[in-house]
Amino acid sequence: MTASTTERIALRVHASDRRVARFAAAAVGLTLTEAAIPLPLPGLKPGLANIVTLLVVILYGWRMAVWVTLLRVVAGSLLLSTFLTPTFVLSLVGAAAALLTLALSQRLYPVLVGAVGLSVLAAFAHVGAQMLVVDLWLMPGVSLTRLAPLFLAAAWITGLVNGLVAVRLLNQTHGYRAADRTLSYTASAPARPLV
Amino acid sequence: MRFTTGSYRPGPAAKPSQYGLRWGDALVLVLGLLAIIGLARHGAEGARDEVLIRQAGRVYAEASLRLNRIIDVPGPLGVTRVEIRDGRVRVLADPSPLKLCVRQGWLAPGETALCLPNRVSVQRGAAAYDSLNY
Repeated sequence: MTASTTERIALRVHASDRRVARFAAAAVGLTLTEAAIPLPLPGLKPGLANIVTLLVVILYGWRMAVWVTLLRVVAGSLLLSTFLTPTFVLSLVGAAAALLTLALSQRLYPVLVGAVGLSVLAAFAHVGAQMLVVDLWLMPGVSLTRLAPLFLAAAWITGLVNGLVAVRLLNQTHGYRAADRTLSYTASAPARPLV
Repeated sequence: MRFTTGSYRPGPAAKPSQYGLRWGDALVLVLGLLAIIGLARHGAEGARDEVLIRQAGRVYAEASLRLNRIIDVPGPLGVTRVEIRDGRVRVLADPSPLKLCVRQGWLAPGETALCLPNRVSVQRGAAAYDSLNY
């Protein structure tokens, strides 16, 4: 049986695919925005895109956050022309470590730890993994012990601020999310073909 | 730009406590702060805890002052013996005729002992690489 030429090959787009794309686009936008902010030390960044990761983990789970983060890191690096450079590797490793931490500490949410705690933990993991890569691969032999407190303090502050932003956004979007959840269940059954 | 469209119906409002702060958040923040302070204090001490031994301009060994050990550095004249003990460092023995670096005794932080005939230098409190030049 050969496939007839009239039969169209359709790429089915699930509602969750659109959601991933939407969140990834927001994260890429934040990445580009913060790349334009001048900062005193290379590596010190507010990490605004991590707000998106945090929201996705809390709202939809870490599996979806993996997609969003991966798209953000790759697309962001392509736009900033750092793809496959050490910067990209650092960004990827930091994001992966943060995600892993979020996936593990998510069990504590929301009873023991709120969005702020998750955010700070993820920020620490992010910076810690990056320092490990710098220490082992990029600049072996350089003592980072003096810089470590500086970077961790930065992670503490940005983690706190990002977490508070996430709490605010969660409160604002709570109603819409509840509606969105019921909608996506009903709307996902007849997936619309793309092209 | 609106993130919400007409197809969304506003659902139930969030309860005030639903997404707010938890005790764990405060715990994470306090523990994190303590870790940073501890690391900063440790780093301030740790930076001076390094011993850098060079032979003929090259880094021969990099050691911590916290570990007692004796390092033998071979040079053109013979073996220069460096001793690290109780957080201090000195040149124990050297084949040079004047033995200036041996007479220098225990090195103060930041001090360097030069055993020029044997082309050995012992520096207390230095990192192996300059990150700017690296």
